[in-house]
Amino acid sequence: MTTQLTTAAPPAPAAALPPRRTGGSTLVRRRQRWGWLFVVPFLVVFALFLIFPLCYAFGMSLFTSTLATGTQFTGFANYGKAFTDPLFMKGLLRVLAFAAVMIPAQLIVATAAALVLDSLATWLSKLSRLLIFAPYAIPVVIGALMWSFLYSPRFGPSASIFGIVGLPTPDYLASDTVFGSLVNVVTWQWAGYYMVVIYAALRSIDPAIYEAARIDGANGWQTATRIKVPMISSSMVMVITFALIGTLQFFTEPVVLRNIAQGAIDAAYTPNMYAFSLAFSYSQFNYASAIAFSLGVLVFAGSYVFLFLTRKQSGLK
Amino acid sequence: MTIFSQRDVDLAEPLTTSTGVPSHLDRSVRARGKRSGGRRIGSHVFLVILAIYFVIPIWWLFVAATKNTAGLFSSPAFWFDGNFAFFENVVGLFTHQGGIYWRWLGNSFLYAFAGGIGATILAVLAGYGFAKYSFRGRSAVFTVILGSVMVPLTALVIPTFMLLSQYGIINTPWAVILPSLLSPFGVYLMRVYTQDAVPDEILEASRIDGAGEIRTFFTVALPLLRPAIVTVLLLSVVGTWNNFFLPLAVLTDPNLLPVTVGLNRWTALSNAGAGGEQVWNLITSGSFISVLPLILSFLFLQRYWQGGLSLGSIK
Repeated sequence: MTTQLTTAAPPAPAAALPPRRTGGSTLVRRRQRWGWLFVVPFLVVFALFLIFPLCYAFGMSLFTSTLATGTQFTGFANYGKAFTDPLFMKGLLRVLAFAAVMIPAQLIVATAAALVLDSLATWLSKLSRLLIFAPYAIPVVIGALMWSFLYSPRFGPSASIFGIVGLPTPDYLASDTVFGSLVNVVTWQWAGYYMVVIYAALRSIDPAIYEAARIDGANGWQTATRIKVPMISSSMVMVITFALIGTLQFFTEPVVLRNIAQGAIDAAYTPNMYAFSLAFSYSQFNYASAIAFSLGVLVFAGSYVFLFLTRKQSGLK
Repeated sequence: MTIFSQRDVDLAEPLTTSTGVPSHLDRSVRARGKRSGGRRIGSHVFLVILAIYFVIPIWWLFVAATKNTAGLFSSPAFWFDGNFAFFENVVGLFTHQGGIYWRWLGNSFLYAFAGGIGATILAVLAGYGFAKYSFRGRSAVFTVILGSVMVPLTALVIPTFMLLSQYGIINTPWAVILPSLLSPFGVYLMRVYTQDAVPDEILEASRIDGAGEIRTFFTVALPLLRPAIVTVLLLSVVGTWNNFFLPLAVLTDPNLLPVTVGLNRWTALSNAGAGGEQVWNLITSGSFISVLPLILSFLFLQRYWQGGLSLGSIK
């Protein structure tokens, strides 16, 4: 263990230490070196699988490869192409629309469930909490597969349910309904997880505050909206940030539903699907890199702006 | 230094109560509940409706796993067929394409545990290093790591694919395991938790008693970090188990696929229509078997995740 860690240590930080700052104390310097030793294994992975791929993608995106001319340096031409490419822009607008619908849907379900759970302590409420969380334990692919069976006109229960009432069976996979069907799959998969996060934050509020509110004459609804929700705003911000990052890189659910809804979900339905098909169906790795890198930058910038705007609520400094 | 630090909450508390409901809260809730019986019934009805919505697809999967293909088409979606075909389906999973399903399941286990355990070890070491040692460049490096939580990991898949193919490790288990070792959020969680759970004084005492840094870490710090380690392990194993984009991109050999990509491939083939390729009963029973391990581990590890999943937010 010791020898392994020692050989993995970079000599640079130890050598770069100014003796002035550490006061020349060997103890402090040795302590500093141990700090690096603990951190370095992660930093190696971080550099190899995050920093390096990002730089590589950026580098690749600056070149264009054609059969006629070979690989040429074209600067930001791929980015100019991407942001005027109707397929990319449509995908981008689509995931923004998903974010606008899906995140409130998940947040409302999760917060309502957490607030109700917080006010109850019965076996039924504990069981419900477990059941609402259960979809988180199911891989996203399997969740989407299950829903695609339930949506399917051949296997799904809709035909018989609507048949009893004498109504025509709705088509969940037509181009105008598949949006809502995807929102449903994602909400089903993640709302329970967000509920657990919000519920734990509610549990950490000092109950004396509720007592004070009750004495001041607040009813249950007022306590929930004026005290509980503001006090858990930092958890809400975290949940929204994660949901935002997840939604903008929407990929798995539309890919799985595409198996049965080819007409409604095309290969460029979301920016990630577009990048994937450019790279693996058309071998346009340079342009795919530009799309992936643009998406990465947009997601990073979007969540940064969101965290900046909500810094008061989240306590972010 | 921590991003979410509006309130100072004792992190250990939600992790150690098994039900997540401290007993003093229990009492006050019950006292309040007596006074408003009507609202309690309404709340329960709301919860039961929600629970049904969240559970009914899982119930459907359970029921569907017991049907053969004919039964899937003809019987009611949410109830059993007269013919209990679950064991036939399991036999089918062993024979179809030479039992490749079980290989996929084994691959999923391998990738999830190798990636998850590796990521956890790296996160624990780094979190401890960031929390308990002050070294030059610490805050700058940590800020970069924290910022990288916002980088969408799928944006890295295509460049990672191109890099790995240059080094010839595309289409090997390493192509899935190595990128899965990256867990910046795990490092953040471990750092926040270590700062609170491991007092400097204990470390100092251990050093004065003559223990080296490694021994101090293993015998003094590590036992205190156990709840957070289980949480990070659970999160990273689930993350790798769920991963779809990365294995879809870097693996083409059918024998190396994880069960998620494999089942999606069967679904695509079945939908494409060729009669012999239609294995709907194997897809449903295979899906059902593949979700059992995670559902069971979440049931048994309840006391850890109920408090632990919110670690990042309440701090």
